Amino acid sequence: MKTVITSTGSELSSLFDKRFGRAAWFCVLDEETGQTKFYKNENKDAQGGAGTKTVEKMVELGVSKVISGDFGPKAKDLLDKFNIQMVIIQDDDVTIEDVIRKIK
Amino acid sequence: MPRRRRLRRIVSPPGFKGYRPYGSAGDVSGSVELLYEEYEALKLADYNHLNHFEASKHMGVSRATFARIYESARRKIAQALVESKEIRTVYGNAFLDKDWYVCNDCYVRFTLPHRNRNRHCPMCKSEKLELVNRKNI
Repeated sequence: MKTVITSTGSELSSLFDKRFGRAAWFCVLDEETGQTKFYKNENKDAQGGAGTKTVEKMVELGVSKVISGDFGPKAKDLLDKFNIQMVIIQDDDVTIEDVIRKIK
Repeated sequence: MPRRRRLRRIVSPPGFKGYRPYGSAGDVSGSVELLYEEYEALKLADYNHLNHFEASKHMGVSRATFARIYESARRKIAQALVESKEIRTVYGNAFLDKDWYVCNDCYVRFTLPHRNRNRHCPMCKSEKLELVNRKNI
């Protein structure tokens, strides 16, 4: 099972990004092996439809859970449609490492 | 320009992808696309025995619109039966009345997708969940 955590940077010590479609990076965590991989968000500065494009990317990556701070209405609908679980954390100043530790 | 089509609320999507006739003489010729909202209309009216006015409230549309969706559902199913066509369910103009849950231990909000059977918090594995009712409906 793969989980995506939105991140502001490409390292485990980077801060968690509260935005979904316009997050800077995505950290893909493989829950079985515990391995992480970072992907840059190409739609960060898109004019519109960043959420939609990001969902497409999630589906491509075969993700089943997304952890972020908030989801736009379009992203929400699409994630629902693709049966991807949405998790909203409202904590400030948490790093990717913290989030991963919490899931385990 | 016609008015934007309102999204119809669906409580839960159909638990199947489609129906296919068997034992028909010829080949199955083509398919009928049943929209999610049409399935929902049929379910509310003929399975849950709601009247059209109540059912329309559930789907967030007017009674007349509900009647039209329902009519279209019946026609499509009748066509599929008579012409022995396959029925496929398609998303249509719907949104799922997805329930949001909150964990009473770590206050994380999350959804539970349809196929996800384990009802525990994705973060702390707590089982103290509570349903958050969406207020905008």
